[in-house]
Amino acid sequence: MRATVLVRPKDGILDPQGEAVGGSLRKLGFDVSQVRVGRVIDVEFTADGPDDARAQLERMCSDLLANPLIESVDVTLGED
Amino acid sequence: MSGPVVAIVQFPGSNDDHDAAWALAAVGADPVLVWHDEQALPDETGAVVLPGGFSYGDYLRCGAIASLAPAMGAVRRFAAAGGPVLGICNGFQILCESRLLPGVLQQNHQLEFVCSDEVLVVDTADSLFLRRCTSGQELVIPVKHGDGAWYADDATIAALEERGGIALRYRDDVNGAVGGIAGVVNEAGNVLGLMPHPEHAVDPLLGSADGGLLLAALVDAAAEHVLAVA
Repeated sequence: MRATVLVRPKDGILDPQGEAVGGSLRKLGFDVSQVRVGRVIDVEFTADGPDDARAQLERMCSDLLANPLIESVDVTLGED
Repeated sequence: MSGPVVAIVQFPGSNDDHDAAWALAAVGADPVLVWHDEQALPDETGAVVLPGGFSYGDYLRCGAIASLAPAMGAVRRFAAAGGPVLGICNGFQILCESRLLPGVLQQNHQLEFVCSDEVLVVDTADSLFLRRCTSGQELVIPVKHGDGAWYADDATIAALEERGGIALRYRDDVNGAVGGIAGVVNEAGNVLGLMPHPEHAVDPLLGSADGGLLLAALVDAAAEHVLAVA
């Protein structure tokens, strides 16, 4: 099973990295109002069907991949 | 007779483990280094220190991978039994990621690594770690970190303030930490995490001996814990 986990800073959480990147884009002349920097995690793993895969991914996110205090996750389950 | 055993957990990437051992020995402890894949702490452990550094290269999030190390299972059991646990810098990050302490450490808001002596104000001196200090006392202790901006939501901070869980605040804005919070104590009062490095401030020759107040209090608590579980 393959999945892609998108980890983003939660709405309202300050993202200094995103602000710095946004500032640099503005220096390049782009009319940028906001940039948020997150992280993409591609996972290949063994699962017993899509329901089990989703359940495992939920645990992966809560146990390690994201910190729910400051990050939100978006999981996309791929093809086998 | 040697002092109480203080276990210092070494993770791959820890770099203040030996400094912590030296400083703890200077204030009367018997420091013992414990490798991260150990399942148990040494017998007679009176306190645990999670040292500064960059465990597992700070991959994913600071402290996230270290929080799952086998030795952290032993540290959780030790803390649950009332044993004193001190997390310094990366150790603070590990305690937050382990959810032994509330909040999380984010990247410094100015996006710069800070390395300087800072004035800390003791917010609540009630915990075992600050009993050699008084509330409102100013301590000079160095910081050196890139991810030291402690963050928690308003409700968490209000609850911490209510129960006296905020140990230390920066006098000046060092890294964007919410409320200038530099160190917090858990609800049971036996786990402290802080970004500043008390182990680098135990000799006036190095600029300050104020960190010795925290470490000596930890050694006192370690001796008491050894007696309590004997």
